[in-house]
Amino acid sequence: MKRIGIALLVIAAFVFSLACERKGGAGNGTETGPIIVGYYGDLTGRTSNFGQSTKNGTEMAADEINKAGGINGRMIKILSEDDEGRPEKAATVVTKLIDQDKVIAVIGEVASGNTLAAAPKAQKANVPMISPSSTNPAVTQVGDYIFRVCFIDPFQGEVMAKFAANTLKAKNAAIMLDFNSPYSRGLTEFFEKAFTKLGGKVVSKQSYTQGDRDYKGQLTSIRSLNPDVIYVPGYYGEVGVIAKQAKQLDIKAPMLGGDGWDAPQLWELGGEALNGAYMSNHYSVEDPSPAIQKFVNDYKTRYNIVPDALAALGYDAMKVLGDALKRSGSTNGPKLRDAIAGTKDFPGVTGVITINAERNAIKPAVVLKLQDNKYVYQETIKPDTEAAPAGGK
Amino acid sequence: MDTFVQQLINGLTIGAIYALIALGYTMVYGILRLINFAHGDIYMVGAFVGYFLAFQLGFATGPSLLGLGIVLIGSMVIAGLVGMAVERFAYRPVRKYSRMTTLITAIGVSLLIENLFVARLGAAPRAFPQLLREQSYTLFGNAAISKSQILIFTVSILLMLLLQWIIFKTRVGTAMRAVSFNLNSAKLMGINTDAIISITFALGSALAAAGGVLTAQYNPQIDPLMGILTGLKAFVAAVLGGIGNVPGAVLGGLMIGLAETFVVGYGQNIGLPTTFRDAVAFAILILVLLFRPTGLLGTTVQEKV
Repeated sequence: MKRIGIALLVIAAFVFSLACERKGGAGNGTETGPIIVGYYGDLTGRTSNFGQSTKNGTEMAADEINKAGGINGRMIKILSEDDEGRPEKAATVVTKLIDQDKVIAVIGEVASGNTLAAAPKAQKANVPMISPSSTNPAVTQVGDYIFRVCFIDPFQGEVMAKFAANTLKAKNAAIMLDFNSPYSRGLTEFFEKAFTKLGGKVVSKQSYTQGDRDYKGQLTSIRSLNPDVIYVPGYYGEVGVIAKQAKQLDIKAPMLGGDGWDAPQLWELGGEALNGAYMSNHYSVEDPSPAIQKFVNDYKTRYNIVPDALAALGYDAMKVLGDALKRSGSTNGPKLRDAIAGTKDFPGVTGVITINAERNAIKPAVVLKLQDNKYVYQETIKPDTEAAPAGGK
Repeated sequence: MDTFVQQLINGLTIGAIYALIALGYTMVYGILRLINFAHGDIYMVGAFVGYFLAFQLGFATGPSLLGLGIVLIGSMVIAGLVGMAVERFAYRPVRKYSRMTTLITAIGVSLLIENLFVARLGAAPRAFPQLLREQSYTLFGNAAISKSQILIFTVSILLMLLLQWIIFKTRVGTAMRAVSFNLNSAKLMGINTDAIISITFALGSALAAAGGVLTAQYNPQIDPLMGILTGLKAFVAAVLGGIGNVPGAVLGGLMIGLAETFVVGYGQNIGLPTTFRDAVAFAILILVLLFRPTGLLGTTVQEKV
C-alpha cells in the first residue's frame, strides 16, 4: 500500500512538472540563435514514402534559405519527428515539438487524418502549422493557426470528375474508397457531386480499409456493373495492389485517382497493371518552366531520385514559412500567423501561392497518365468559378 | 451468375491460404494442446524470407518459375527451422508448467517476432518481386482465374495431400498421432516425443511460409504486421473446423475465406458494409463456441478425472 502511495506521488510530481513546462508557452522562442522549426510525418509506417519525400523537400528548402543568409542572419534548424502514420502518434509528437522543443512553427503532415489529429495541439498552443499536402477541407477549419500550401479536395475531386466526363467521355463511374480515411471519403464525396452534375452516374461505391490484403470481392462487384472508369481515391500502398488485382480480374476500365497515389512504391506494387490509369496531382516533373526544372535538378543531385509532388510541396511549405518569417521579423506565434496569412502571389514550385481567408492555397491541378513507370502530363485544370470566390472572401 | 462464380474463386483463393496456416495451428494444438499465437508471425517470416531469397538469389529481376520454386521451398525450409527454434527455446522450457504459461509465452513470442521485424525493417510495406508472369484466363462469361490463383490452388492442394500422406503413411506420422493421443503413453512406448514435437512445428511453419510466399504472388504487399489479422482468422478457421482435426482446418479455412468474400461482395445488398469482412470471422468464432464448441469435424474430448 505504501509503495503504491509513493508511486502515485512520483506520477503526480511528474505530471505536475509536465504541466508546469506547458505553461512556459511555445511560440515565443528567443530572438537570437537558430530558428527551430518542427517537422512531423510518417517516416517508418505504411505511408513512409510520403513522410520521407516531404522531409527531403522541407530540408532542401531550409538549406537554401540558410545558404542565402538565413532569416535576417538567423539560421533555420529543422527538428523531425516520426509519427509512423498514426493519428494518435501525430498528436503526441506535435505536442512534444511544441512543449519540449519549443518550435516556432510546425510543418506537416501529408495524410489529412494525421494532420487533423495534430492540428488542435498547434492551434491550442498558438503555434502556426503549415500542412504541405493535406487536402481535406476540414484540416484548416481546425483554427486560424492552421494553413496549407496545396489545393483542397472539393477542387481535386472536381478535377478528376471533369477529366472523366469531358476528356474520357465517361458516363458511368464506380468508386472504390478507403473507408477510414477522411482524405478518401472527402474525395469520393466531391468527385461524386461533380461527376453527377456533369451528367455522369456513380453506379457503385465499394469500400476497403487501409491494410486490407484482398480487394477482389469489391472489384468483382464493380466489374459486374461494367463502369467506364473506376475512381480509387486512396493511398499508393493499397492502390498498387488494387490495380494488380483489377488486372487479374481482367477489368479494362481505367482507374482514376488523386495525389495519394504519388510515390515510387506505387509502381513496385502495381507494375504494368497501372498503365493507362490517370491521377490528379499538384505539379508535373515534365513541366518545362525553369523554376520547376531547377527544383527537379537540384533535388535529383541531392537525393538521387525524381522529386514527387510531396517533396515539391514540402519545399514550398518551408519556403512560404521562410518568407513569412522574413516579413514578420519575429518568431512570435500571433505575428508569424498573420504573416503566413498574408502570403500573396508567392512563387512556389507547385504554382503561385496565395493564402486565402480559409487559409488554403488556390492553385491549379494537373492530370497525369501513368505509363511504364512514368507520369505523362495530360492537362492542367484551373480552379473555376466555384473555387474562385473563396479567394476573394 | 459469373459474378457469383468469380466471388467463389476469390473466396476459395484466400480460403486456401487460411487453410494452409490453420493446419499449423491445428497440428500444434493436436499434440500439445497449445494455441501457438506466434504462428501467424511465422507466415509473415515466410513471406519475408521469400522476399530476401528472391533478391539474394537474383530472381527479383523478372518472372521465373524456377525462381519461384526455389524461393518457395527455401522459405519453407528456413521458416520450418524458425518454427523449430521457437519451440526449442521458448515453448520447451516452459512446457512442464501450466498450459497458461505456455500460452502467455506464445503471445510474447508473437510480439517479439513482430517487433524485431519492425525494428530491423521498418513497418512500411514492401513490394514482393513478381516471380510469376501474371495472366488471366476466362472460365466462362466474365469469370476469370489468374495464374497466381491457379498457383495457390495447385500448391496448397499438393501440400495438403503431402501432409495427409506424412500423417497417415509414415512412421513419423504414426508417432505424431500417438503423441497427440497421449503424450506420456507415447513416451513410454519409446517415442522420442521431443523430436516429434519439433517436427510438427517444422511442418506447420513450412506450410505457413508457403502460404506467405503464395499470398505475396497474389498480393505483392508484405509488411511485418501482416501475420496478425491473417493469423487470427486462420486460428478461427482451425476452431471452426474443429481444432486438432486436420481436414477440419482445411474446411474451416475455405469457409472463412468464402464468408469474408461474400460479405464484401453481397453484404452491401443487405446493409452490411464491406468493412465488416474482418468481423465476420470472429462472429463465426463466437457462434461456433456457443453452439458447437468442438467445431464442425471435431470430436468431444473427455476430460479425465
